Amino acid sequence: MALAEGVNKAGGTGSAKGIGAYLASHLREYGLLLALIVVMIFFQIVTDGTLLKAVNVTNLLLQNSYIVIMALGMLIVIVAGHIDLSVGSVMGFIGALAAVMMVNHGYSMPVTIVVCLVVGGVIGAAQGYWVAYWKIPSFIVTLAGMLVFRGLSLWLLEGQSVGPFPREFQVIANGFVPDVFPAGFGAALAGFFEVRQVNVLALAAGVVTAAAIVWMGLTQRARNRAYGIDDEPFAFFVARNAIVAAALVFITYKLSTFRGLPNVLITMGVLTVIYAFITANTVIGRRIYALGGNQKAAKLSGINTERLTFLAFTNMGVLAAAAGLVFAARLNTATPKAGFALELDVIAAVFIGGASMSGGVGTIIGAVVGAFLMGVLNNGMSIMGIGIDYQQMIKGLVLLAAVIFDVYNKNKG
Amino acid sequence: MTADILLDMRQITKAFPGVKALDRVDLKVRRGEIHAICGENGAGKSTLMKVLSGVYPAGSFDGEIVYDGQPAHFRHIADSEHRGIIIIHQELALVPQLSIAENIFLGNERGRRGVVDWRETNHRTEQLLAKVGLKEPPTRLVDRIGVGKQQLVEIAKALSKDVKLLILDEPTAALQETDSRKLLDLMLELKAQGVTCILISHKLGEVRYVADTVTVIRDGTTVSTLDAKAGISENEIVRDMVGRDMTHRFPQHERRPGAVLMEVEDWTVWHPERAERKVIKGANFNVRAGEVVGIAGLMGSGRTELAMSIFGRSWGRDISGTVKLKGQPVDVSTVQRAIAAGISYVTEDRKSLGLVLDETIRFNTTLANLEGVSSRGVLKRNEETRVAERYREALATRTPTVFQKVVNLSGGNQQKVVLAKWLFTAPEVLILDEPTRGIDVGAKYEIYTIVNELAAQGKGVVMISSEMPELLGMCDRIYVMSEGALVGELTAAEASQERIMSLIVND
Repeated sequence: MALAEGVNKAGGTGSAKGIGAYLASHLREYGLLLALIVVMIFFQIVTDGTLLKAVNVTNLLLQNSYIVIMALGMLIVIVAGHIDLSVGSVMGFIGALAAVMMVNHGYSMPVTIVVCLVVGGVIGAAQGYWVAYWKIPSFIVTLAGMLVFRGLSLWLLEGQSVGPFPREFQVIANGFVPDVFPAGFGAALAGFFEVRQVNVLALAAGVVTAAAIVWMGLTQRARNRAYGIDDEPFAFFVARNAIVAAALVFITYKLSTFRGLPNVLITMGVLTVIYAFITANTVIGRRIYALGGNQKAAKLSGINTERLTFLAFTNMGVLAAAAGLVFAARLNTATPKAGFALELDVIAAVFIGGASMSGGVGTIIGAVVGAFLMGVLNNGMSIMGIGIDYQQMIKGLVLLAAVIFDVYNKNKG
Repeated sequence: MTADILLDMRQITKAFPGVKALDRVDLKVRRGEIHAICGENGAGKSTLMKVLSGVYPAGSFDGEIVYDGQPAHFRHIADSEHRGIIIIHQELALVPQLSIAENIFLGNERGRRGVVDWRETNHRTEQLLAKVGLKEPPTRLVDRIGVGKQQLVEIAKALSKDVKLLILDEPTAALQETDSRKLLDLMLELKAQGVTCILISHKLGEVRYVADTVTVIRDGTTVSTLDAKAGISENEIVRDMVGRDMTHRFPQHERRPGAVLMEVEDWTVWHPERAERKVIKGANFNVRAGEVVGIAGLMGSGRTELAMSIFGRSWGRDISGTVKLKGQPVDVSTVQRAIAAGISYVTEDRKSLGLVLDETIRFNTTLANLEGVSSRGVLKRNEETRVAERYREALATRTPTVFQKVVNLSGGNQQKVVLAKWLFTAPEVLILDEPTRGIDVGAKYEIYTIVNELAAQGKGVVMISSEMPELLGMCDRIYVMSEGALVGELTAAEASQERIMSLIVND
């Protein structure tokens, strides 16, 4: 649903005449999706099909899960007109905290998770307090936070790696949702597709989600028509939905032939849907866009801009903590280096996804697609054996290109 | 008409995707005259000036420009400035954190080999400031002086260059009557010194006062060129601008004010940064139901500060005094509470304080009352669209859809969106701060009509304006403000420009 929402929201703005004009005014949304597809096809070819092997698709999702989770919070912070440079450090710190609590002190997993999320929220709130109520630039506050929490993780871990985690904790990141369908189903489908095994739940989830996206797109379209809103041309609607649905089914099919749905995918998916809904359809979401678009006007419209800023950072803290837990569980150990420079990947994902540095612009779906675009680049280049030096350069240029594209589009339009 | 032609723009046509902004416009400006260009917002005046100054480079439009006897092909603003064409835009282009002197010589620094000669810079600045009648030290930062004075700095900056053709785009939109008069006299003085001026203005009084020739543009075409020295009436210009006769600048109204709706008592406000400055000095005023009350005063007299401090303490500190609605004291300590109490404030500067420009009409319309289009925190999109459509129709906002971004609307239509936003909060009292600034004659009339309707519905309207005819034409009572105090109150029958001015001056 989320992608449909995102594009349709933007789709209501123009007075498009014909397909050409429509495409010109929505180049960004389609461009991003198209870029992801092109990059995937490119790597699929140059890696001789390794990119889309079931095991690699699974890997890709696991590898990028914590980036995606943080990108959700970062999108909100950036739309509100701020930035958070501390998320990588906070993520590392929370991982360290979880390790120390569970491994060194034997706290149970639920207690640890709750404490970690609360601590993340408190960290976010503490930074948000200075930004919101003291008007200290977020760049400065979170730059300070980045150093402080990097130091705190070192201190907490005493410079050592701490692990391994209990089995039930590792499952957060590395576990899979068991198939609920009878084994016979899977075996039958496996025979049909001529693969070793099929996780029916994963495939069914993909098909149902794809159907839901199409259905929601159709109802939105019907509603738009009822209000006489300029909608995207039908051919585009069909093409876009076909691609999104096919991609979903394809990916879940790949997952189903490996070990099924990763737990982390569920977490990520649910969070994405929730945040896409909040930003696009709720009062608080609307107010965040107003705050970022014109803070003075928002304030004079009765919006409590300070509290909203404070909440955006608090939320970022909680999500950074969640990402920290996933990251620690995935590595099965907490290291002082965890999360190092990761904030830059997160911020890059949000900007590639179309957010504006000056605030007020950006979508959750854009940020998620941006994160995966970066993820596929990372993954594809690693498979090809391209050195980290070139990887960094290429990623940097992709970020620059995406933003140049935005600015060019804006100036033209 | 055989006089020396300084500027001859012939058959200028400029098209943007989907719209022809200029369609074969002709403009002839004689050397040494003041030439006024009048037209409604969106008529194409600003586009024409951008074509002239090279913002739209030669080749991006059709037609030809002959300047000072030679064909001109400006590819850049620098090209036109080099030939002595200087344009002062509606939106001032000063750097707020630099001093007056630094701004005046920005890009044209006095000095040698990259080292600024401050003595000469400041000395020259003093001379220029004296010329434009601005009494400020050259070292004062621009953000420490008001908009009116900033305008004078802009003109001083233009004078610092070797200006032959000075273009002023609505120079008095932000100025007081007295400052405007000073500026107009300054233009006449420059004319006497041989500077040719193009004046773009909505204020017909001033056009009549200074202009030798008036060119009226409507919908991207030249409608008429009138010889102002022969004497033309404002109605003549207005008719050409809007394409219809406008016998009354202000719509007819008949008001029967009811009981007192809002009272403000002993309102005192201190400056937020300069603790020793009392900006509002114990102001008392009231508004009745169905009444339009004006607040007249010079710029810097504290009118906006009074309104903003009442509206959720949005300005100033150590605010004291009471606000009563229907006899009951109300809490207006935050914007939310002021709105809840039934007060709305339509800001003076709609672009920076009133609108989220990059968002749609719908977004802006519901912004101050999102509760009204949501349930349990979830927006009801359809309801929102309905609300936006309702106000679009009620206020006759000219736009294809409510999904249009407000940045694309003309000033008058933007102001209607701001009004819609506040009307949707269902206020009892509306405070309108310069509601018609920078809006063309036709749109002004529509805004006045809306104000009259609001009064007829029993709402109380407080109207702050720098244009005295507007207050005289619209208000039942006028308070006169001077240096932070309300120094007088006049009924519509008593009020006249002279009486208001004398109250201000004799304070």
